[in-house]
Amino acid sequence: MAKEHPILETRDLTIRFGGHVAVDHVSCAFERGTLTAIVGPNGAGKTTYFNLISGQLSATAGSVLLNGEAITRLSVPERTDRGIGRAFQLTNLFPTLSVRENVRLVAQAKARKGFDLFSVAESHVELLERADHVLAEVRLSDQADQTVSALPHGDQRKLEVALLIALGPQVLMFDEPTAGMSVDEVPVILELIKKLKSDMDRTILLVEHKMDVIRTLADRIIILHNGALVADGEPSEVIALPIVQEAYLGKAPASSGEVA
Amino acid sequence: MLTRLLSGDTPRSGLLTALLLIVLISLAFAPFLFPGTKSLETAARICIFIVLVASYDLLLGYAGIVSFAHTMFFGIGAYGTALALSTTGPSYGALVWGTAAGAGVAALFALAIGLFSLRVKAIFFAMVTLAVASAFAVLVSQMSWLTGGEDGLNYKIPRELTPAFKLIKAKVFDVSINGKILAYYLVFFAAVILFLVMLRIVNSPFGRTLKAVRDNAFRAEAIGYRVVWYRTTATVLSAVMAALAGSLLAIWLRYTGPATTLSMEIMIDILLMVVIGGMGTLYGAVLGATLFILAQTYLHYLMGVAAEATSAVPVVSTLVAPERWLLWLGVLFILSVYFFPTGIVGRLRAGRA
Ligand SMILES: Nc1ncnc2c1ncn2[C@@H]1O[C@H](COP(=O)(O)OP(=O)(O)O)[C@@H](O)[C@H]1O
Ligand SMILES: [Mg+2]
Repeated sequence: MAKEHPILETRDLTIRFGGHVAVDHVSCAFERGTLTAIVGPNGAGKTTYFNLISGQLSATAGSVLLNGEAITRLSVPERTDRGIGRAFQLTNLFPTLSVRENVRLVAQAKARKGFDLFSVAESHVELLERADHVLAEVRLSDQADQTVSALPHGDQRKLEVALLIALGPQVLMFDEPTAGMSVDEVPVILELIKKLKSDMDRTILLVEHKMDVIRTLADRIIILHNGALVADGEPSEVIALPIVQEAYLGKAPASSGEVA
Repeated sequence: MLTRLLSGDTPRSGLLTALLLIVLISLAFAPFLFPGTKSLETAARICIFIVLVASYDLLLGYAGIVSFAHTMFFGIGAYGTALALSTTGPSYGALVWGTAAGAGVAALFALAIGLFSLRVKAIFFAMVTLAVASAFAVLVSQMSWLTGGEDGLNYKIPRELTPAFKLIKAKVFDVSINGKILAYYLVFFAAVILFLVMLRIVNSPFGRTLKAVRDNAFRAEAIGYRVVWYRTTATVLSAVMAALAGSLLAIWLRYTGPATTLSMEIMIDILLMVVIGGMGTLYGAVLGATLFILAQTYLHYLMGVAAEATSAVPVVSTLVAPERWLLWLGVLFILSVYFFPTGIVGRLRAGRA
């Protein structure tokens, strides 16, 4: 029964690159409607963990379960169809297309219209409306007609988030969504994530370095270190752990310190 | 209505619209505007190559797939029609089933090559198509009992499409309306329809997805598109269109042989036409094919005139001697790529106010 299972779970999930174990037997379950922050220094394996969940990398050992069902052997689009969605740390868009077209393509994928050969794409008004709606949410309406490659970095980061919002999956994984954004753009994205979280169906995994952000958004923090899960718990608990204080928060004041 | 016919993909540049209209009108009235066998041959070739080049652009410009097997598919279509007509006689039935069989075989070949090699790197697909196309060309020249080998096949087509057939006694604008002219209009209208179908495909949700796959296949997968299916379908569609262009050539020439359909030279010509016209825009195929074939046909004639005129000037007259037309075509190509890296259409669209 779906209710008994956590929406997403990894069991002993492991990947080895040659001799280097980038993700090391990570077992962790994520409950529906929660936001989990994933913290750890650069190179800890956070992005690799995401890649294993969404399928860009295949696990050396262990499994990924969605609603209790193993999806470890499924391809990336199959996992997307089942409700796993991803925003990337390194901006990963359709550079020669317009901003609106980027989002429209996601809406089109979600509506499973990609194999429609004989209608005119622009005649699917609902897809365009959906794209414009999402662009308004991330404050990119004015840039809708620009070509993505001509967009400033901060706007590309916003579009990266917009694509995931347009996909609207059950599980949303954000990989440092605010990195490289200017200070006044960060709150827009955080508000959006907060809004997604208040929708009880969404489960969010968020890789983020800013401790104050984590404190306000996260229900739970897990800490990865050299690929292994070393701490897991409520934000206040985890932040208070001696190893965390020592290894990640160092001498910086705990209230505004950045992790690594 | 017109916008609907063009699938919403209007030329979006005044000059481009004008050029396209000139090409369309010239081709539509070619038998009357440019009487004479040679100009009608050229006009028919332009119609056929517009379809062929557009179908290649569907693959290269929209899906970002490099293939060297396009002339193979062109040839499969031509041989399909040719074999049907030469084995069962000049009936419309044979013409239709030969054409359909050619398109079907081309689709199966494309499906097999696509499923086999599009999963891997793009360069692998390019290499596989090169190998398969070369093997196919050798096979066709070896199986001379079927294909006529290097000599190719001569055959009859339905009488109504040959010069011997006179539709009406009177002449129209001094041109007698014979079967050859009917054949020309068959080629012309088929080309227009096929072009409009392709224009619809590239502007459909499917066509838009192809562009996404070309731009960033990794992200296309992450939002749920099965990239291999899209690439394979694009390969199949492009092959079918190329095969239909081949059938038109077979009907028009009443001859099919390796030199007119399968040669690597034609493959390179197609590539040049796509690049000159502008990749990723089907209108580029129209201008690229038209300019290239006009240059190919008339450049050495023009150069002959130029050589005459400059016969007194030693170096110049050698340079413009008609045998050097290929050199000048190369120069024209390099200049056009240098000045219009996005092709003629890209240049015209970017230049609009
Ligand atoms: N495709 C790969 N091949 C080899 N090593 C990789 C690959 N992807 C990640 N790594 C390595 O795995 C480790 C974890 O990287 P990553 O997951 O990107 O860390 P994080 O996102 O936590 O900063 C790093 O040492 C990185 O070099
Ligand atoms: Mg990372």
